Amino acid sequence: MENQILTLVTFFPLLGVILLMFVPREKTETIKVLALVMSVVTMLLSFWMYGMFDPLANGMQFDVNTPWISSLGINYHLGIDGISLLLILLTTILTPLAILASWKSIRTAIKGYYISMLLLEVGMVGVFCSLDLFMFYVFWEVMLVPMYFLIGLWGGPRRIYAAIKFVLFTMFGSLLMLVAIMYILFEYQKYSGVFSFDMLKILGELPLGHQQQLWLFGAFALAFAIKVPMFPFHTWLPDAHVEAPTAGSVILAGVLLKMGTYGFIRICLPLFPDATITFLPWICVLSLIGIVYGALVAMVQKDVKSLVAFSSVSHMGFIMLGMFALNLEGLEGSVIQMINHGISTGALFLLVGMLYERRHTRLIEDFGGIAKVMPLYSAIFMIVTLSSIGLPLTNGFVGEFLILLGVFKSNTVYGIIATSGVILSACYMLWMYQRVIYGKITKPENEKLTDLDWREKAILIPLVLLIFWIGIYPKPFLDRMEPAVKQVLAQVSRASTVEAEQAAPLNSMLETPQTEPETVTYNADGDSHE
Amino acid sequence: MLSIPAYIIVALVLFCIGTIGVLITRNIIILFMSIELMLNAANLVLIAFSRALNLMDGHAFVFLVLTVAAAEAAVGLAMVITLYRNRETINIDRFNILKW
Amino acid sequence: MSEYLFLVPLLPFIGFLINGLLLGRLPRPVVSFIACASVGLSFVIALLLFFDLKAMPADMRLIEQTLFTWIPAGSFHANIAYMLDPLSAVMILVVSGVGFVIHIYSVGYMHHDPCFGRYFTYMNLFTFAMLTLVLADNFLLMFVGWEGVGLCSYLLIGFWYEKKSAADAGKKAFIVNRIGDFGFLIGMFIIFWQIGSLDFQTVMAEAPHVFIAGGGLITAVCLLLFMGATGKSAQIPLFVWLPDAMEGPTPVSALIHAATMVTAGVYMIVRTNVLYMMAPDAMLVVAIIGVATAFFAATIGLAQNDIKRVLAYSTVSQLGYMFLACGVGAFTAGIFHLMTHAFFKALLFLGAGSVIHGMSNEQDMRYMGGLKKYMPITFWTMLIATLAISGIPGFSGFFSKDEILWKSFSSQFGHPVFWVLGVITAGLTAFYMFRLINMTFFGKGRMDDKTRKHLHEAPRSMTVPLIVLAVLSVVGGYVGLPHVFFGATNYFEHWMAPVLSGGQAASHALASGGGDTGTELGLMAASVLLVLIAIYFAYLLYNKSPERATSLREKLSGMHKMIVNKYYVDEIYGATIVRPLVYFSLFLWKVVDVVVIDGFINGLAGAYSDVSGYLRTSQTGRVRSYATVFVVGVVIVTAYFLFG
Repeated sequence: MENQILTLVTFFPLLGVILLMFVPREKTETIKVLALVMSVVTMLLSFWMYGMFDPLANGMQFDVNTPWISSLGINYHLGIDGISLLLILLTTILTPLAILASWKSIRTAIKGYYISMLLLEVGMVGVFCSLDLFMFYVFWEVMLVPMYFLIGLWGGPRRIYAAIKFVLFTMFGSLLMLVAIMYILFEYQKYSGVFSFDMLKILGELPLGHQQQLWLFGAFALAFAIKVPMFPFHTWLPDAHVEAPTAGSVILAGVLLKMGTYGFIRICLPLFPDATITFLPWICVLSLIGIVYGALVAMVQKDVKSLVAFSSVSHMGFIMLGMFALNLEGLEGSVIQMINHGISTGALFLLVGMLYERRHTRLIEDFGGIAKVMPLYSAIFMIVTLSSIGLPLTNGFVGEFLILLGVFKSNTVYGIIATSGVILSACYMLWMYQRVIYGKITKPENEKLTDLDWREKAILIPLVLLIFWIGIYPKPFLDRMEPAVKQVLAQVSRASTVEAEQAAPLNSMLETPQTEPETVTYNADGDSHE
Repeated sequence: MLSIPAYIIVALVLFCIGTIGVLITRNIIILFMSIELMLNAANLVLIAFSRALNLMDGHAFVFLVLTVAAAEAAVGLAMVITLYRNRETINIDRFNILKW
Repeated sequence: MSEYLFLVPLLPFIGFLINGLLLGRLPRPVVSFIACASVGLSFVIALLLFFDLKAMPADMRLIEQTLFTWIPAGSFHANIAYMLDPLSAVMILVVSGVGFVIHIYSVGYMHHDPCFGRYFTYMNLFTFAMLTLVLADNFLLMFVGWEGVGLCSYLLIGFWYEKKSAADAGKKAFIVNRIGDFGFLIGMFIIFWQIGSLDFQTVMAEAPHVFIAGGGLITAVCLLLFMGATGKSAQIPLFVWLPDAMEGPTPVSALIHAATMVTAGVYMIVRTNVLYMMAPDAMLVVAIIGVATAFFAATIGLAQNDIKRVLAYSTVSQLGYMFLACGVGAFTAGIFHLMTHAFFKALLFLGAGSVIHGMSNEQDMRYMGGLKKYMPITFWTMLIATLAISGIPGFSGFFSKDEILWKSFSSQFGHPVFWVLGVITAGLTAFYMFRLINMTFFGKGRMDDKTRKHLHEAPRSMTVPLIVLAVLSVVGGYVGLPHVFFGATNYFEHWMAPVLSGGQAASHALASGGGDTGTELGLMAASVLLVLIAIYFAYLLYNKSPERATSLREKLSGMHKMIVNKYYVDEIYGATIVRPLVYFSLFLWKVVDVVVIDGFINGLAGAYSDVSGYLRTSQTGRVRSYATVFVVGVVIVTAYFLFG
């Protein structure tokens, strides 16, 4: 059982999908309860997995590796380290909340909706734990389908445009990724004589020249950058968020965007270290533009949801920047900020969704004075806002501070520019908060709004607790990711020394102080765990 | 007995007449006849080779082709009648709604 | 006792939790009891700790307590850890003491407010954050408190959120503070980058070895930290939020925007005095900004009519004095003034609150007057505070302000210009404060009848705090008597000495500046004389013959207009920073995002569909044309295989 825990966590929602297929579509309550139960059980399973996870061990844990399509070297290979563990937990926590949030707002095609949600969960968890490039790609694409339907069927007025834009953007990137995966496959075959998609094997054995790395990095990075999304590939995000139903936005912002950053950490950095160094300035500059640009554009939005969407662009810029600081502080901050962004932006979308359910509008100017009629809502909104602007003792601060510290260590100028994002985020969030929550009630419709009911409290309170937990005591999370992060860094620094002369001018940025060398052994033989 | 090339030349001529017929006619009935012509050109070649090589396969194929052609003509003519009832014309160029 | 250090900030936090989680479910007496008791208890513990500390030998006065590891990441480590040394001992006494008094006062002042519970929740949270700020043993935890007090300030300024001006003011305070925090953060990063730690002990011990005294890096660090201080302590150029902050309830103004939070910047500079002593250029900047702010704000204070705004500008001005003190290396004097200022300015605000309470929420002094006979306790206590702030000998403000003036003249970082500006500011201060007293308490009552009928002295829960603070405003100064007075011992300086020894060692500065007793007494006399003249003028213009004030105002109408409009600083910021930023953002959104990027994407999609549009016309729907293409294709393929 313990060996199969990953399989269980990944595919348990699929069981729910199958069960749901046999429930008649009129029995809406049964469908909802069943979907919720399945996702909650998945969450509990992932908690159990968290409990079994060894925080000190290096390398992949709960490794499963059996041949699947052996003629092509495709293996069913799952395994997690601290980074994927946290992201899986984020996914399994957000999914039940998203399902709960859809309880009343989804009224059409209920069965299909919940099937999509559970299928989405399978895809997301799968991406975070596959160690086989083929499986990674399959899960990556699998999650696209339900998301397309979530936006396209249950979305707002411009849902078709948004859904198609979302799919086309993502497909464009992932096709390049597929080409890159195929290239790696054949290179590996040329090198070792057998086909293999195994990430760990490729990582450990396959030597790639600088030029090859550049192309491969470019292909993967484009796929991931669109997903993140980095400036200037971000325009699908506001559209998708504005049109998606609440739960769709929550999952989209909370988890889907992390798949891009996760891809960078899991594939781009370790597999193509030389290319990482070469592309580093470009990525950093794009991230910086994203931080400032996202914040400024967010400031002048009229729709709360698109404001939050642009704020995501800004926050994701922080995450990318922290990652490419290529030091422990920055990378750990980046990973913890992925979790934080999932929690706080997810919570923001949930909050906006709750207002939307009551008033059927999301325009900032339609609100004002909400604090009077919905005090608890306003208080939670405040907490989430503060977490989003990174106030100390909320989760946002831990991530943002570590990222900025790391960035500053690797490049002072980047650090200073990025820090200015701290000011801007306060501007747009507080201005929005003021216009929505404070002031006098100007619209008569707002006077009879009701405060949160039990269901909404049940959705928000776990998130608020997480906000404070990570803000006040982030140690358990940081401890668990530290070995994994060190490993990634070791993999990056490993090959950059080989091509040191090419990267010479940039090497100063790569200063990784006295921490790693002795502790890290990258895991070259994934098979040996069996 | 004539030589194989003679049969082939006849078949070729028949086939070309059939093809040109298909390309230039607007009348569906004539079009069908042109198609028959092309099929029979193929039949001729099949039989010629079958005879020359003393194999029965060619004959078998010809029967198959004849059957198919008959069936095709039956179905096709039925469709032509339906089309005529609907449109009061059998000009093939008028049946172009499957465009763009 | 020392193991209970964490209780000092924790108790108000517990109060915050109880009141916050049970908001609206507790009866008012319980809420106020919890709020006041938690702060009071924390004051008692602070007092006990103070005596503990006092019992230790002078150079070993340090209590440390590490609670848990907060952020461990790579080489970076930050603990939740508290540290009590003479400096933080003074601060926690001021914070919890004055805080306690103001809590008591609030019970009376906020009595009628429907959001009573929320008020005390915020107040307790503030006390917690402020105590964390002053007790933190590393920069990061200090930053927690720093941002925490900023948050509470935001929440309390915008307490009456239905008023747009209040919500605006809160937001402005937060954002302006954030601009300062930007500097603070970067300063912190440089320190960590260079020293590899953010613990005060380590940083202060290592700094002299790591940084080159007077070098660019240390100057940058100090200036960046000072940028944070200008935000929090409302100095030029980031002072604009403090006058607006008066939108909050008056006890909030007393606690946060006079006595405690705004002094955090001063505290921070004194805490990092080792760094500043190594960067004389930065010290000079601090001193210049300090004295400029003091002077500049005092001039604005001359012409304000809102009683709280006068006090707000006065606060900005007094904070300028404290920075002047820090800038000339007189850190003790800065903290000393911080303490006395906390007493008399809190008192002034609470007095103003009492006046506003009595006047049915009228804040404009033009509609006051003659209140002396209606509210005698308020009058007498406020008068004491006014005498203290004006620097009349015998009151606490005199000792602290005079020490600053003397040091700004005599210290090796000082300069006579500082002294001159400082003394002029003292005169201005005396003038506008007595203007306030005269306009409020003397002369004819200018209020309407309804208000007059309602005029009353404040309830006991409000007057007792006034009296307590009045006593402190008088005696508070006697802990730091200047040496020139009959060779008195300056207890305060002795108490603070261990905190400052590191800085002096680092800069090789003289322990105290030169200058002889005669000069000191002479300068003192000069400043007192100027103050007395100013008081006389205030009396003349606003009590005896108000018509002269009017004619004077008309004669100087250009200047008056300028001052009343606060030198148009807000408008200038609005025109040069805020609006361009908004327009630029709109440009980014409407042009870059929608037209350029999405235009490109949609253009690509459009081009694709256009091309498809052309191609599909080949689908004519005519069977014969398909057949033609088919035949041509067959011919080509056949030809290829035959001849190709």
